[in-house]
Amino acid sequence: MRAPCEELPVVFDGVSVTAGPVTILDNISLSLAAGAPTVLIGPNGSGKSTLLRIAMGLMPPSRGRVTWGGRENAPPLKRAIVFQRPAMLRRSAAANIRFALRAAGIPRAGHAARTSELLELVGLGGLADRAARRLSGGEQQRLALARALARDPAVLFLDEPTASLDPTATKAVEDIIRAVSARNIKVVMATHDLGEARRFAGDIVMLHRGRVVEAGPAASFLDTPKTAEARAFLAGELLI
Amino acid sequence: MPAELSAFQLVLSGDPALFAIVRLSLVVSLSAVLLAALMGIPLGAWIALTNFPGRQGAIVLLNALMGLPPVVVGLAVYLALSRSGPLGSWGLLFTPRAMIIAQTVLVAPIIAALTRQTIEDLWLEYRDELTAMNLGPLGRVAALIWDARFSLVTALLAGFGRAAAEVGAIIIVGGNIDGFTRTMTTAIALETSKGDLPLAVGLGVVLIAIVIAINALAWTARRAGERLAG
Repeated sequence: MRAPCEELPVVFDGVSVTAGPVTILDNISLSLAAGAPTVLIGPNGSGKSTLLRIAMGLMPPSRGRVTWGGRENAPPLKRAIVFQRPAMLRRSAAANIRFALRAAGIPRAGHAARTSELLELVGLGGLADRAARRLSGGEQQRLALARALARDPAVLFLDEPTASLDPTATKAVEDIIRAVSARNIKVVMATHDLGEARRFAGDIVMLHRGRVVEAGPAASFLDTPKTAEARAFLAGELLI
Repeated sequence: MPAELSAFQLVLSGDPALFAIVRLSLVVSLSAVLLAALMGIPLGAWIALTNFPGRQGAIVLLNALMGLPPVVVGLAVYLALSRSGPLGSWGLLFTPRAMIIAQTVLVAPIIAALTRQTIEDLWLEYRDELTAMNLGPLGRVAALIWDARFSLVTALLAGFGRAAAEVGAIIIVGGNIDGFTRTMTTAIALETSKGDLPLAVGLGVVLIAIVIAINALAWTARRAGERLAG
């Protein structure tokens, strides 16, 4: 078991992001603590990806501040992210993972064993030597998960990890996420798929137009939503 | 006898003088490409990844330098290396080394400009991933150059093509001295003007064959590598 890690909680304190006249995130205050997965839901363009990028530390907020375990500007040592469209390095699947292990500063001696362990975990054991960019979409997504896990993260951010996958590939990815969460790694996942939110969420944060409209335990959010936007989203209405 | 026929006989007979000319041409041009790559690839990668004042101007200048006229480069290197020039004490004028310097000046901007474009495109694709992996600047450059290696081979080939084909720079700084600084292109220029067409045609055929062979080799290596690495 891992010690309570200094990456958590990730705390947003009055975070806004603006790009010129456009407000992408509007005064977000939020705490992502250890425990069951937190699922970010909301329509496209609601700010889910930007929130994940800020939480990962890839970009600074325009206003407000973010802290990781109480520290500001903490380098992403035990954080990892899988982007919606992960970029595969022009190398073999195994070399993609070895690259991540090297970047994370993990001693070279353990690389071979850890690489095959991670490939097995995501079900790509037989494709270690295949060029990563020649893998299918679902396989690339699983490789991206393995690559993120190579960093041995305390918190894993996932940006619509199953958005463009068929049901079989989706199930494979979701099984991995479930295994990850069971290993005490905090999962923070953006999705606009309510079914996925139901299957995973411990907590749900709903974003709309850059604001948190409702946040709380999944059960109460899904059964007794308090806001009109949440009720509309849960009812499958088109939230614009 | 038709010029073409005796040209082929000359090539097939393995004439030692011809062999020496071919050898010097390859040594000069390949050395120039190697030196230009050692400077041009890091320079191109640096421009691709760094924001500095005047960057746009630097990119335009670099692209423009791809079209440097060889005779102008030859003249500049000649002035630098001549007895009264700033580097005259090196005593390099009319030596193969002077020719390598001139072709390096000619080829480095080509490799740097093509590297800059390649690395910049790849950086757009990789930026988020490499940043999320908390990779330092050196690690980024190394990863980008390695992953761009197949495209960079094309940049090297473009540079080699330029070096192997040019005559203006090396004839000025090398002097086309028989048995010492005579290359295929300078010999072709000389023999044509002297009227010895068989030798000129023979050298022309050899030059083109070598350029095709080197490109075929690089292409095969690139295809094989891409199959393995994607």
